Amino acid sequence: MSAPLAKTTPTFVGMPKFPAMAKDALANTQQRRNLLHATHTIRAKRASVVEEVPQWEALRLNGADVKDEVLANLDSYLLQFEEKLTERGATVHWARDAEEANRIVLDLVRAEGVDEVVKVKSMATQEIELNEALEAAGIHAWETDLAELIIQLGHDRPSHILVPAIHRGRAEIRQIFRQEMGKVGRPAPEDMTDAPRELAEAARLHLREKFLRAKVAISGANFAIADTGTLVVLESEGNGRMCLTLPETLISVVGIEKVLPTWEDLGTFMQLLPRSSTGERMNPYTTMWTGPAEGDGPQNVHVVLIDNGRTRVLADEVGRQTLRCIRCSACLNVCPVYERVGGHAYGSVYPGPIGAVLTPQLRGTSSAIDQSLPYASSLCGACFEVCPVRIDIPRLLVKLRTQVVDEHRGHNSVESRTMQAAAWMFADSRRLAKAQKASTLGGKLLGRRTALGALPWPASSWSSARDVPVPPKETFRQWWDRTGGGQA
Amino acid sequence: MRVALFATCFNDTMWPETPKATVRLLRRLGVDVEFPSKQTCCGQMFTNTGYADEAIPLARKFVDVFEGYDAVVSVSGSCTGSVREQYADLAARSGDAALADGVAKVAPKTYELSEFLVDVLGVTDVGAYFPHRVTYHPTCHSLRMLKVGDKPLQLLRQVRGIDLVELPAADECCGFGGTFAMKNADVSVAMGSDKVRRIRDTEAEVVVAGDNSCLAHIGGLLGRLRSGVRTLHLAEILASTDGDVL
Repeated sequence: MSAPLAKTTPTFVGMPKFPAMAKDALANTQQRRNLLHATHTIRAKRASVVEEVPQWEALRLNGADVKDEVLANLDSYLLQFEEKLTERGATVHWARDAEEANRIVLDLVRAEGVDEVVKVKSMATQEIELNEALEAAGIHAWETDLAELIIQLGHDRPSHILVPAIHRGRAEIRQIFRQEMGKVGRPAPEDMTDAPRELAEAARLHLREKFLRAKVAISGANFAIADTGTLVVLESEGNGRMCLTLPETLISVVGIEKVLPTWEDLGTFMQLLPRSSTGERMNPYTTMWTGPAEGDGPQNVHVVLIDNGRTRVLADEVGRQTLRCIRCSACLNVCPVYERVGGHAYGSVYPGPIGAVLTPQLRGTSSAIDQSLPYASSLCGACFEVCPVRIDIPRLLVKLRTQVVDEHRGHNSVESRTMQAAAWMFADSRRLAKAQKASTLGGKLLGRRTALGALPWPASSWSSARDVPVPPKETFRQWWDRTGGGQA
Repeated sequence: MRVALFATCFNDTMWPETPKATVRLLRRLGVDVEFPSKQTCCGQMFTNTGYADEAIPLARKFVDVFEGYDAVVSVSGSCTGSVREQYADLAARSGDAALADGVAKVAPKTYELSEFLVDVLGVTDVGAYFPHRVTYHPTCHSLRMLKVGDKPLQLLRQVRGIDLVELPAADECCGFGGTFAMKNADVSVAMGSDKVRRIRDTEAEVVVAGDNSCLAHIGGLLGRLRSGVRTLHLAEILASTDGDVL
């Protein structure tokens, strides 16, 4: 079994930066096999269901337009959403940051006098580290999504936005269930094998106790519709719906960018999201609630709208498009970097290409890890191609790299000195020609060799696994001058 | 039509056979190609590593050198992509309206080789002869930034004697990624190793692409394996004829 990330601190910020984490991840062969299989399966499924929609490009454009409209007028849509929700008997809370959001949720849970809550899978609550905050206050938060349950029982971290346990194999999951379920509730059956059906049944029995007992549920939301005050959750297992209907109190933690203007707009996203995320034409469970409904479902409905860095992202005209993200994770599944290293290497609640642009924008680029994230990409562009809301991730990566460099100007690193020297050389063709003389001299001295061996740092990062070509004895420019443009 | 060759700093210095082949090919097709000698580098390495301030003067130089031409033919899909897709952002950052104007004029006239041959000259049969087993790797920037589609394959299919074999998962990145190959060398090599395995599975003698930078990475890995598979730029295969077989 691949080891859980026991050595790291509960907060992602303390983790090592991407290249170091990626190196460790690459050495984990079991995880690489699991990731390769899972990303390729879901990638193929997505491609086939997207291909069957002739108006896919028009849908993408519409999705991007609707989100841009929301982001351009976010203040008024949020106020409209609050007004509608309040009219329908829900209580709306506003949180500037993670600490404020956690305090609001904690006070609401305490007011119910309970020491446990059930949870619907939610990226927003992971982002604010709500489970940790509840745990510190003596309140157990039980994750009820199957994959999140695997992560929670395994004392692990999610590795993927949609499939948090993507890095785990069946045998590992069986072992986690056998070892851990009994410590926090109904144990796994003695004779449970690693057949998916048996694993799912063990989880179902384990979770059922918690669903029936819990008085408070905590969720996020995929969409929040301004003109009706409706919250929407899409999921595949029905466990979310159990949380959204059985307990007496429901607390939904929702990022302010989740708003859609109208009920009609939902139509576009109900097509874009399932096809992009799970590769399904339609998702199995869609639950919508608009405040409490008398005698049916939770009677106390609270919505905590969180900023936590979003208004800062919003203020940047180019960076703003990141907030269009509907967390489908198509970019993760298609990314060649993610495919090989998995989610933990990013050291970010949001892994993969979207995490590499969202996290440094939400948190800023002051830590080593946030400085490394924009470079965790080969800029191949596959992420932009599959993004259902057309977030130009490669362009944003380059923009954030520029931000990192700008913030470090004057620090005089080896890299910045090299770059400045190279830029000086390229500023004038005569300087380049002079430098090329040294290069061709090297080529001549090396005679008939075709490749160089090991080189000292920093070139060793190339030569450790790749041959270094020997420079030619004559550059193109020299040939052109010597032969009068090849005419001689 | 006044046509300029953009040899790119990398090809000029490290892979001169590629711009030479391009000159030979274009002249065979009746294009009197010029090499403006003041050209240096498009600045992509700087832009993509975050050194935008260093890239701006190079974008300005590119515009100055090439704005008098009707078309600029580049031997790199990646550098072409930088000119066409990234120069506008650099111009905006510089706040220089004249540069923004220059970019708007020059960028649409800058072509990668297969685009120039198919879209501008309207040819797919360039009269080439290359009697070898070849597989084609479409580089990410030519594929997704420039959207060259199957233009390189249209050209390769018309080459006499060629045994063109499909590369599985061809559109997956080889892992070069510019300075990514150094900054995240382990991931880069992991990606490249998978690409190389697929290339070897095709039993091709030659892997061809429109970017020598990606080919240097792929070739560097193939070389370490002593695989015997050669890397060649598209221009070199298209320039090859009965009398001058590569």
